[in-house]
Amino acid sequence: MHIVVPMKQTVDLVEELELNDEGTDIEREYLTFVSNEWDEQALEEALLLKEAGGGTTVTVIGLDETDVDQTLFAALAKGADRAIKLSGDFEGGITSHQRAAILAEVVGGLDADVVLIGVQSPEDLDGQTGVLLAGLLGRPHVSVAIAVEPHDAGVKVTQEFGAGVVHEIAVTGPAVVGVQAARQAPRYVAISRVRQAMQSGGLEVMDAPDSSGDAGGLTIRRLYAPEMSSQAEMLSGDAEDIAGRLAQIIADRGLVKA
Amino acid sequence: MGNDILVLVEHHAGAVHDSAAELLGKARELAGATGGQAVAVLLHDGWGDTHASALPADRVLSVEHTAFANFLPEAYVIALEAILRDRDPRLTLIANTTVGMDLAGSLSARMSSPLVAYCVDLAIDGDVVVATSQVFGGKLNAEVELPSGIASVVAGAFPPAEGGGAPEVEAVAPMAGLDSLSMTFLGRIEPETSDVDITAEEILISVGRGIGGEENVELAQELADALGGVVSASRPVADAGWLPKTRQVGKSGRKVTPRLYIACGISGAPEHLEGMRDAELIIAINTDEKAPIFDVAHFGTTEDLFDILPALTERIEAATSVA
Repeated sequence: MHIVVPMKQTVDLVEELELNDEGTDIEREYLTFVSNEWDEQALEEALLLKEAGGGTTVTVIGLDETDVDQTLFAALAKGADRAIKLSGDFEGGITSHQRAAILAEVVGGLDADVVLIGVQSPEDLDGQTGVLLAGLLGRPHVSVAIAVEPHDAGVKVTQEFGAGVVHEIAVTGPAVVGVQAARQAPRYVAISRVRQAMQSGGLEVMDAPDSSGDAGGLTIRRLYAPEMSSQAEMLSGDAEDIAGRLAQIIADRGLVKA
Repeated sequence: MGNDILVLVEHHAGAVHDSAAELLGKARELAGATGGQAVAVLLHDGWGDTHASALPADRVLSVEHTAFANFLPEAYVIALEAILRDRDPRLTLIANTTVGMDLAGSLSARMSSPLVAYCVDLAIDGDVVVATSQVFGGKLNAEVELPSGIASVVAGAFPPAEGGGAPEVEAVAPMAGLDSLSMTFLGRIEPETSDVDITAEEILISVGRGIGGEENVELAQELADALGGVVSASRPVADAGWLPKTRQVGKSGRKVTPRLYIACGISGAPEHLEGMRDAELIIAINTDEKAPIFDVAHFGTTEDLFDILPALTERIEAATSVA
């Protein structure tokens, strides 16, 4: 089985997000970008499938976004067989529709049995890349997967619903699966092994296909920080003072039991 | 392009999902502005007709086929694509649930139709639809316009429709592709019930990524013990295996309404807030003063949880031993 895992660099949400002058996008220039956490879950699930045997191979693929080399080399160090970087100008950000169109063209030529991709990213204003990709490729898809396992000629996907209910679905033929969580936490890889992977090279670079087509059809009027609906009363002081205030607040509600 | 507002009616195990009334309520309002109808789409395997006539809609399109016995994304996409192409609505509303995440994007790509995801508000402004979407983990809202298209709507964004309706129920013939699917439904598994039921607890000490590691969960446990509550978690903590999945609060976990909810190191992604915002008293401890959790909390502090938790535990223990 050949598994393709598209990986995206996304804004580190720990950072303060500033808007551009027009107020229609975030100011990306000075932000830190990290590997989308859901894509890391998809990679982990792919590596678990590879380790289950059967000659499964894993290809990771990323657009030339800030620090993508780090993400792709880390994937190789973790056990991916092949890493492809699609070069192009993506520093200004692209929509999920554009990303899906690029991936559809490349993934279509990779003979993938399954595409595992993070179920979402923090920037999916115009939808999630994986399911858009499935639509463009005309392939079936299952989103919010928490396990993908071999099953007959295809895979069995465990799909998560609210309140802990799951469905199990068998899929035959090429499919796209949006991974919410892998069966285990993404593995750690030592920075020394990532460096080793960098030194031995192995990153294939290809020109990204033209992405000037359908951008999704949305016109952004403005971005803004949501108004706080009921702003918390913030307690300040040292930890002892605050703990004292909190204990009082909790006691006043009759929640401290004798 | 037509003027109708279509709503996919989500249902599971024979029960219509709460989202249906919320989306149909909004659809009625929007249809009032476009001059169209609020049209519910119900895909079912036979039980739906009795439910169809009770939906708060102007019209119900009812498609009956065995492929709809359980949710199969492939079957739903085939049916909805055919219906959308045939009816050409102004807007299609789908809940931003697991079902919605499977369908909205696929339909958008297959039909080259604009999609707004994580939608929390919708209005008609002249010839365009104006939508507000939660992006960047709830840190920013995006206001966008689109001529027509699809919106996947966050749970609770709109109040449920008041009262039922007397919709005209129209049977739509099943689509040919439904008989040759590449997906098979294997089974539905209910959650295990051996662990504590966090929905029944009055006091929850909830830990998020900020707790740092499994070994630190004990700090929250000690406070929970002192208060007579239990420890719950946000998604990353449950995914990492630091606490069982049964303790997970949020969209994919449980919706809780305790008397006291202390959020420790939880930033407050929209999926988490969806599961706890109705708690009676919410206290948030998080070093990021801009964390969305503070939007729903009643009291908050940006002091380090590793200092606050032991100090608070000590105070509570002292209070209970004196009493």
